[in-house]
Amino acid sequence: MTMIFGVPLMVFMGQLMLGLINGAFYALLSLGLAVIFGLLKIVNFAHGAQYMLGAFAALLGLQYLGLNYWAALLIVPLVVGGLGMVIERLILRRIAHLDHLYGLLLTFGLALIFEGTLINFFGVSGSSYPTPEALEGGMNLGFMFLPTYRAWVLVAALVVCLGTWFIIERTRLGAYLRAGTENPALMQAFGVNVPLLITLTYGFGVALAAFAGVLAAPLYPVSPTMGSSLLIVVFAVVVIGGMGSILGAVITGLTMGLIEGLTKVYYPEAANTVIFLVMILVLLLRPAGLFGKEA
Amino acid sequence: MTFNSMTFNRKTLASSIALAAAALMASGAQAQMSNDEVRIGYLADMSGTYRDLAGPGGLEALMMAVEDIGGEVNGVPIDVFSADDRNSADVGANTVRGWFDEQNVDLVAGMVASSVSIAVTKLLEENDGLGIISGSAASSITNEHCTPNHIHWVYDTYPLANGTAKAVVEQGGETWFMLTADYAFGHALEGDVTKVVEDNGGEIVGSIRHPFPTNDFSSYILQAQGSGADIIGLANAGSDTVNAITTASQFGVVQAGQQLAGLLIFLNDVHAMGLEDTQGLLLTTGWYWNMDDQAREWAERYYERTERMPTMVQAGIYSSTMHYLETVAEVGTDDPETVRAAMAERPVEDFFSRNGYIREDGRMVHDMYLAEVKSPEESTGEWDVYEILATIPGEEAYRPLSESQCDLVNN
Repeated sequence: MTMIFGVPLMVFMGQLMLGLINGAFYALLSLGLAVIFGLLKIVNFAHGAQYMLGAFAALLGLQYLGLNYWAALLIVPLVVGGLGMVIERLILRRIAHLDHLYGLLLTFGLALIFEGTLINFFGVSGSSYPTPEALEGGMNLGFMFLPTYRAWVLVAALVVCLGTWFIIERTRLGAYLRAGTENPALMQAFGVNVPLLITLTYGFGVALAAFAGVLAAPLYPVSPTMGSSLLIVVFAVVVIGGMGSILGAVITGLTMGLIEGLTKVYYPEAANTVIFLVMILVLLLRPAGLFGKEA
Repeated sequence: MTFNSMTFNRKTLASSIALAAAALMASGAQAQMSNDEVRIGYLADMSGTYRDLAGPGGLEALMMAVEDIGGEVNGVPIDVFSADDRNSADVGANTVRGWFDEQNVDLVAGMVASSVSIAVTKLLEENDGLGIISGSAASSITNEHCTPNHIHWVYDTYPLANGTAKAVVEQGGETWFMLTADYAFGHALEGDVTKVVEDNGGEIVGSIRHPFPTNDFSSYILQAQGSGADIIGLANAGSDTVNAITTASQFGVVQAGQQLAGLLIFLNDVHAMGLEDTQGLLLTTGWYWNMDDQAREWAERYYERTERMPTMVQAGIYSSTMHYLETVAEVGTDDPETVRAAMAERPVEDFFSRNGYIREDGRMVHDMYLAEVKSPEESTGEWDVYEILATIPGEEAYRPLSESQCDLVNN
């Protein structure tokens, strides 16, 4: 059997596949962060909590309203994104003129409040969300058994990532967004409602997090702490990709998934730290990140 | 009432004397009670990974014991306070130090993360206090870390390995692949399991030490699948175990002919994962709410207060607190040394503990149970999740004193 550094080729391929799937998750989450930071300059520490709220909303929707998975995939991002817009309107806007640090602290505080409230009601063990029937089972790829749901996650995440990139970089709406954050006064003079644009952008970033949350619900136990453990990794991904770079977030997300996946084969003890090692290296050699523009 | 309004006659005088004598006797007993109160401090993870297995529910169980005994022993009130140790040995130790310095705590109860418990036992010894550990797993707590000042109540890693691993090997699961949490508890459990598997004719064909905590187990599960072992042994706990089992189910591990052996699984874990993913899992438990009438009766009272069925740890907290308070009532003092000695003389026999007694190393030895998780079809309700397959007598379950490294044991 062909071996790659002492690991059979089959196992190696399987691990690459899993790394790619995890990477798609990182990409989706860091994309939302990159949109919010790139356009609004808000360091959204509530992103993990908003991801968790997405998963919880899907779970509670199923339990109490009979909302099925596909409906949740559509409705939950709208609801949580709407909550995000309320937060932007009522709270974040008031500190928009202050240093980024205030936004960071504020969103971190909000994250703790969301998490603490849900822990109080649901505990930390979490509950499981059933895999939708159409995506049950799996397929044999020859080198591994791939659960259908994970294949779906990969496809869905990539489509959403590329769609977002396309909207922001290639459409008129995206051009308004970028211009509105670059020079709000001028845009307003052209008759564009910039504050509304900002609210919608934050809402969109939050909706992306919630979408990732719904995708994650059948994979991991839905628990109030599921976001906080992921958030730090996702931030590292954003830093490596370059704060605010949208394509950078997507590509780095996928790459980091792959690197982490390989670490899990060759030296599992370091699996949780390898991304941070890469982050340190990148900060030393290219402080603006791999895809960031030098300030 | 004023002095003038009192009327004296022989009868009231006599009864006054009797009352005074009774009061004197009572205060004689009270003199043995430090601060005229029995003070219990409850220390546990109230908000993190281990919250649901003990946490606020454990405090509720403790309060039930206090209420059931009437809120007082020998006429002095019982005062209960609690703190969140956040699974940090530092936070836990500082809290208990404060309890000794400022509150004159008589009993420290709860205690979940093994690292916290070991740190607290040192303080108990220095301050000549008394502690009952209900949540921790490490068997070293009554082995190399034993002190005359603490008791370990519910379970430890030794019977977990001894119960589950032995049963699994006997059922034909001879080759094992271990998934181990990469910290002290995981290493200890892996060691205990390896010994049991090899002693019973099995073999460990591989192991992975994964970071604690780990969110995504797919890579490790894939490697375990690739190993071709009969059994994938999970030497981890809490969310790690939950994630590993959920992932294994997604990757069709059981359908492909491998079996999982979860070594430390609590009721709340199974409840969180659901029976679909956990059915057929073998596990060792110190208690199960539905194991008999006595257990059910208490569990239902608990359920009325919390709307959750109690874990073995929460039941153990009630049992140990009750045993402590009854002993205090019996000996008429809360002096730690006297109470500790008297507790060991009384057998521990209640809804929680069967054939229980406290050994000189502080281990509360009692019967353990080998259980299997029911299938969704077998289950009759949300919390009806285990079937008890066998009772493991306490003597067989726990580490024999002949193997003890505890200084209190004369070997």
